[in-house]
Parts: sequence; C-alpha cells; structure tokens
Amino acid sequence: MSALRYRPRWLLPACVAVLLAACASQPKWQLDDVQGHLPDLKFQMTNDLGQPVTAANYRGKVVLLYFGYTHCPDVCPLTLVHLHTVLQKMGKQANDVQVLFVTVDPARDTVPVLHQYVTAFDPRIVGLTGTQNEIAQLTKRYRAFYQREPSKTPTADYLVTHSSAIYIFDREGHARLLATPGSTNDEILHDLKILVGQSS
Amino acid sequence: MNDRLFKLLRAMACACLITASAAAFAAAPAKSSVHVEHAWIRWLPANLPAAGYAKIVNDGDSTVRLTGASSPDYGEVMLHQSRLAEGDSTMVMVAHLDILAHGSVSLAPGGYHLMLSHAKQPVKPGDTVPVTLHFADGASVQVGFKVMPANATGPG
Repeated sequence: MSALRYRPRWLLPACVAVLLAACASQPKWQLDDVQGHLPDLKFQMTNDLGQPVTAANYRGKVVLLYFGYTHCPDVCPLTLVHLHTVLQKMGKQANDVQVLFVTVDPARDTVPVLHQYVTAFDPRIVGLTGTQNEIAQLTKRYRAFYQREPSKTPTADYLVTHSSAIYIFDREGHARLLATPGSTNDEILHDLKILVGQSS
Repeated sequence: MNDRLFKLLRAMACACLITASAAAFAAAPAKSSVHVEHAWIRWLPANLPAAGYAKIVNDGDSTVRLTGASSPDYGEVMLHQSRLAEGDSTMVMVAHLDILAHGSVSLAPGGYHLMLSHAKQPVKPGDTVPVTLHFADGASVQVGFKVMPANATGPG
C-alpha cells in the first residue's frame, strides 16, 4: 500500500474534473456512438399499409431502423421482440419513438405479409418495402449488407443474409447510435430515453 | 466512417444456415438417453416459417448426435444456426449437433433452432405441435412443442 501514499495529491481531483467535463459534454451512451459517421435518415419507400412514405414522415421522432425479412424466423423476431419490450418499458415516451422494419426481400414480402409480420410483434412497428433500387439505395447509404443465398431445399425456399444492426436516429434524423441483436433491452432503453429527452 | 465501425457493420451480418441431415455414423439403436425441456415454437403469421426452440438433455454416458427433425404438421423441418457478430464469417454448414454425455444443448433464439416451414394445416398460438428429433444412433424422441405468440420470449 506504500505506492498509494506517494500518489500525487492533485491526481484524484484532476481525474474527477476530467470525468465531470466528459459527462457534461456528452451523455454516457451504452450503445455504439456513430454521430458524424453515418448520413442523416433519408428514404422514399412504401409502408405496410401500401402508402408512400419518406423520412420526413418520421421527423420529430427518434427512429430505429432495422433491415430484415419475414422468412427470417429467428434473428429478426428476436430483434423485434427486444424492440417490442423496449417500447413497452418506455410507456408514454414510446409515442416519440418509431421502429421501422425494412424488408430486404421485397419479392416475398408483399405489403399484406409485411403488415401481418410487424404487427404480430408490436402494432407500433412500421414495415417498409420498396423497389429493389429503393432498398438498395437505403442499405448502401448505411453500409448495410444483404444477399440472397442460393436455395438448398427441394421447396426452393431461400435465405437472405443481412446486416443485423439497429440504426438509431435522433428527432432531427441525425444518425446517433448503433445497436445489435446482442444489445440488451436495458442498454437500448437507457439510450433511447436520453435521445427522446433531447430537444425536438 | 472509421474502420472499427465498418468492421462492426460487416461483423453483424447474420445468416440462418441450412444443414444437411446426414448421419455421419450409426451405432446400435437403443432407447434414447435424451429428454427435452422447454420446447416451444415462435408462431409467425401468413404461414411464414417458424422457429422451434428447446433444451435437449443427454442423460446417458456417451455423446449423442442430433441429425435432424420432422413433424407431421410441417412439410419441412430443418436444423439451422444463426450466426451473430464476432468476425466476418456469416455462413457455416451444420450437419449435426452433438450433445455430450450428461450435458445439454439449447436451441435458443439467436443460435441453433429448428426451422419449421410449409405447415400442412393452420398452426396458431396455443397449439402443441408434435416434433420428432432424430439421432445418429437410430433413436428418436417425440416432443410436443408449445406454440407461442410472435412476441413471446419463451414457452411461458
């Protein structure tokens, strides 16, 4: 313990000051901070009611963007259940949050199928589809990856490999955070509450 | 975009993986030493493929090898594995699943699971679906999988 005795007296206050300054300037995010690294939310697509929508429809809300497809029985549901749970836990604040599930398999994910799929998890989740080009543009914008895999079954079913990140945008549409299916509900909830609390 | 972020995005690409149901070897058929707990299916609408989950427990003194599954209620049941995060690899073929002596393996969301597709009749939450697990030694175990709503977190 003798080492402790000789620690400079200024060290502890200095550390505290640095920490306080860091806290004051930036919230302590539990998810990955991507501010400045990804472009603002922008798209032109069709929602799960068949209506044309753009990112402007969701300005003013904190948006969670997730790419998936309905023939995905494991990881996509796991993620959507996480987001459903988070929305439940947010209570009234969930009104300021919009979860968008973008299909990367528009050939099979018709508007009615997409609608049934997303609402089975939470009626507040909105499904988005579009032309191959619209979907490609959006995934490219966020460097998300998707690829249809060759069918390996007699029924010609196929799987789609896709990025599983959840992109989180603030009320102004700025990309702020990145979550993964491995992020806990509490981590997502913690950060969403901060974002929702920020100016609209 | 910094390298770390790009790597993260790449690493998070996920894939469900089809397995071939090839029995690598066959030992003497015997009464199965396996029992199954917490078996459930996450129901999905529109006759979409559903995932089946369970904990498979090997009570025996030697490793057992799960080679496939079938159900009279579905046209196709396959053993799949989802791969998430950690590294760039997104596809791995899994032909079988070994359960060590006195050990267990969980088919759980985000990992190993059964993919049940082409339902022969409408399946809905509240139903119980019979599923037979097939093992390399010729043994099989029939289990009732409880059908849960899409947003369930377990068999309840």
